[in-house]
Amino acid sequence: IFLCVSPQQEGLDDGPDFLSEEDRGVSFFFPFLISVLSLSSYCVLCMCVSTLPNFKQNEFSVVRQHEEFIWLHDSFVENEEYAGYIIPPAPPKPDFDASREKLQKLGEGEGSMTKEEFTKMKQELEAEYLAIFKKTVAMHEVFLCRVAAHPVLRKDLNFHVFLEYNQDLSVRGKNKKEKLEDFFKNVVKSADGVLVAGVKDVDDFFEHEKTFLLEYHNRVKDASAKSDRMIRSHKSAADDINRIASTLYTLGTQDSTDLCKFFLKVSELFEKTRKIEARVAADEDLKLADLLKYYLRESQAAKDLLYRRGRALVDYENANKALDKARAKNKDVLQAETTQQVCCQKFEKISESAKQELIDFKTRRVAAFRKNLVELAELELKHAKGNLQLLHSCLGVLKGDT
Amino acid sequence: MAEEREPPPLPGVPEPQDAEDLFVSAASAMEDAERSLSPEDISSSSNGPKAEPMLLDHDPDDLFAEATEEVSLDSPERQMILSDGPSPAITPVTINPRADVFDRSPDQDEDEEENRDTFDIQISVSDPEKVGDGMNAYMAYKVTTKTSLSIFSRDEVCVKRRFSDFLGLHSKLASKYMHIGYIVPPAPEKSIVGQRLGRRSSAVTELDPDAKACLCCRYLLRTVKQPALLKDPDVLQFLESSELPRAVSTQALSGAGILRMVNKAADAVNKMTIKMNESDAWFEEKQQQFENLDVQLRKLHASVESLVFHRKELSVNTASFAKSAAMLGNSEDHTALSRALSQLAEVEEKIDQLHQDQACADFYLISELLGDYVRLITAVKGVFDQRMKTWAKCQDAQVMLQRKREAEAKLQHANKPDKLQQAKDEIREWEGKVQQGERDFEQISKNIRREVGRFEKDRVKDFRVVIIKYLESLVHTQQQLIKYWEAFLPEAKAIA
Repeated sequence: IFLCVSPQQEGLDDGPDFLSEEDRGVSFFFPFLISVLSLSSYCVLCMCVSTLPNFKQNEFSVVRQHEEFIWLHDSFVENEEYAGYIIPPAPPKPDFDASREKLQKLGEGEGSMTKEEFTKMKQELEAEYLAIFKKTVAMHEVFLCRVAAHPVLRKDLNFHVFLEYNQDLSVRGKNKKEKLEDFFKNVVKSADGVLVAGVKDVDDFFEHEKTFLLEYHNRVKDASAKSDRMIRSHKSAADDINRIASTLYTLGTQDSTDLCKFFLKVSELFEKTRKIEARVAADEDLKLADLLKYYLRESQAAKDLLYRRGRALVDYENANKALDKARAKNKDVLQAETTQQVCCQKFEKISESAKQELIDFKTRRVAAFRKNLVELAELELKHAKGNLQLLHSCLGVLKGDT
Repeated sequence: MAEEREPPPLPGVPEPQDAEDLFVSAASAMEDAERSLSPEDISSSSNGPKAEPMLLDHDPDDLFAEATEEVSLDSPERQMILSDGPSPAITPVTINPRADVFDRSPDQDEDEEENRDTFDIQISVSDPEKVGDGMNAYMAYKVTTKTSLSIFSRDEVCVKRRFSDFLGLHSKLASKYMHIGYIVPPAPEKSIVGQRLGRRSSAVTELDPDAKACLCCRYLLRTVKQPALLKDPDVLQFLESSELPRAVSTQALSGAGILRMVNKAADAVNKMTIKMNESDAWFEEKQQQFENLDVQLRKLHASVESLVFHRKELSVNTASFAKSAAMLGNSEDHTALSRALSQLAEVEEKIDQLHQDQACADFYLISELLGDYVRLITAVKGVFDQRMKTWAKCQDAQVMLQRKREAEAKLQHANKPDKLQQAKDEIREWEGKVQQGERDFEQISKNIRREVGRFEKDRVKDFRVVIIKYLESLVHTQQQLIKYWEAFLPEAKAIA
């Protein structure tokens, strides 16, 4: 299955390449920006090409909202059949708050800044928005691809409906009551999780995995938060360089001495280097921060799997105890035996698939880290070399000028 | 010919480990090969764009040959190399004086004799140490002067000065020279009002002793760069004598301090009421230019300070990320990945140090320069204001004279011979005052023209040198970055 997720926009042709937005003029962009930001969600266009026999057509596309992805994810989680699998983590909610804030500020401050500054800031804002947009869309895509790659989950009926049914799924967001129920469920679950985790596992493999995942998850969480902060500082620094470039430009145009050429050249340089710095921050975000965030969610999903297995184990042990008691009292033995059998089967089924899932998780993780770290290093190098070249050429001109 | 001294390079970039020591004693070499600035030399650069950078080697005869006006020629002012570092960036270039640029006229005022000695002077401010304790504690700085100038009594002098001494020196110089149109370098500030990004309000931060030492050093260097100020007895006393009378009037809340504030307020009011009839377009143009420059430099300064702040923040965050990545590497059970993550942590740690150094360069190179120039421009504006005041005085004197003449005319009609004599005396007195006022105005205008020309030349040079240095520091950072990531890449690829 080849899946591609792209944004749905009125008036745009349904091409998979939504990057062509960049070619469109600014005047189109802003109305779109405003309309998206006023919605709490946005539309996602799914396009699917498949050769599996149970799909009715070979290629089709539907429009899905974020809530519908969540619905799909939750349906997996609630399905007992999938208790033994790591459920691919749900994509994060699209967050355009930061962009919205900045857009507001821009609108308010329009009178106080020069035309160049305004245009510049608008461009920055658009670039940022586009970047967040691309990221969010990519995350939704990753989710669906994971599902499609999983040998069991890809056969799920809900998944097929999600991909094929070209009407609105009428998935409403959870209402207050349901959200409250969820909240309590989570509380119970975490309390239970602690209990279950306390039970020592006979199986070395799972015991090791439990300790490993717990520690790993916490550290990934920490690393993810720190990398976010680092990248934010980087972006702020790039913004400062932008301002410096503008002011140098003004100085250059005003200055009556030889410095005017100097200032203009340096201003030009800083314009270019800050674009590179912004790209560095964006690439770090994509390759490092997003990687960590994703594995934060995946490790949580893996932890959930272990929890489910642990729960099944506890149930199994309880069923055993109940059976012994029943045999001792010679009461409801058959019933106890059936319960015990069911628990045993459930536990073994989960254990078997869980083992494979966890091994796959490790393989996936190592591969993803490798790919991203290599790409990160290559991009950092590319940008640093680019920067260096710009600096050298500017210095050459400036020194030669004297 | 003038020989060039190579002072120790500015810290922070090539030798990060020496950063702290070098900051403290920022030394600089200054040279004046042939002539010192004499007050009668005038060089106003009314259309500055073609002014070429100052040179180090110069043949005075060239100038003479191209001079088209009268006798007293402009002497090329030796530009003092303010900031450190090698100056391959500034290649010696002969000045081509243009007749239109220089406005010369023989000066009637007394001349200072031209000093043809080669002189150099090195000043460093270092070793801040705390003296005394409790409420009376203060920081004392060691001021070292090395010179071969004849006006100094010794070759090398080392004195201890405290911060208020610097302020005292400034106030003395200001009172002596500002009103005749010399740009007196502004006093170093105890604390800086920094403006952070947008929302954050301006914060007043007390400077740390090392930064203050740097500030004081730059202040002294700018002061002695002016030949007139260099010969001033107060300056000499400041640099040489071991004991200096305590400058009490520099304290903000003292009587003198309050008087100063009152005067400042009065000046501000006066400025608004004096409507000067500007006959000289040059002054109007220059004033406007300085206004614009002031606005832009302040903006630039604020942006650079913000950049310094964010880079420091970036450095801190990178360091904490490095630690976090190391921890992650530890808990990762795949050996190759674990190693790669540890390597990543190391790379990030080195990068954080890099950011730290860059932030220092940002600050010490650009931010400080901008701060200095913002303050200098305030001094320049002050000098323009002085000219206005002089003009106002002259006008007032003329008005008085007119009145006296009218009074005399009336008395003549009334025929009171005794009062007439008094009136005639008064007229003579006021005629004298008017003449003096006009002369003062002439003088101050002339001085200002020269000073502004000198200031602009300095400005061009300073900015050029500093910006090139700064770009070189950026180059260094990028080169280091490349080194680090190149070392990391094979590690990442080695993950099996």
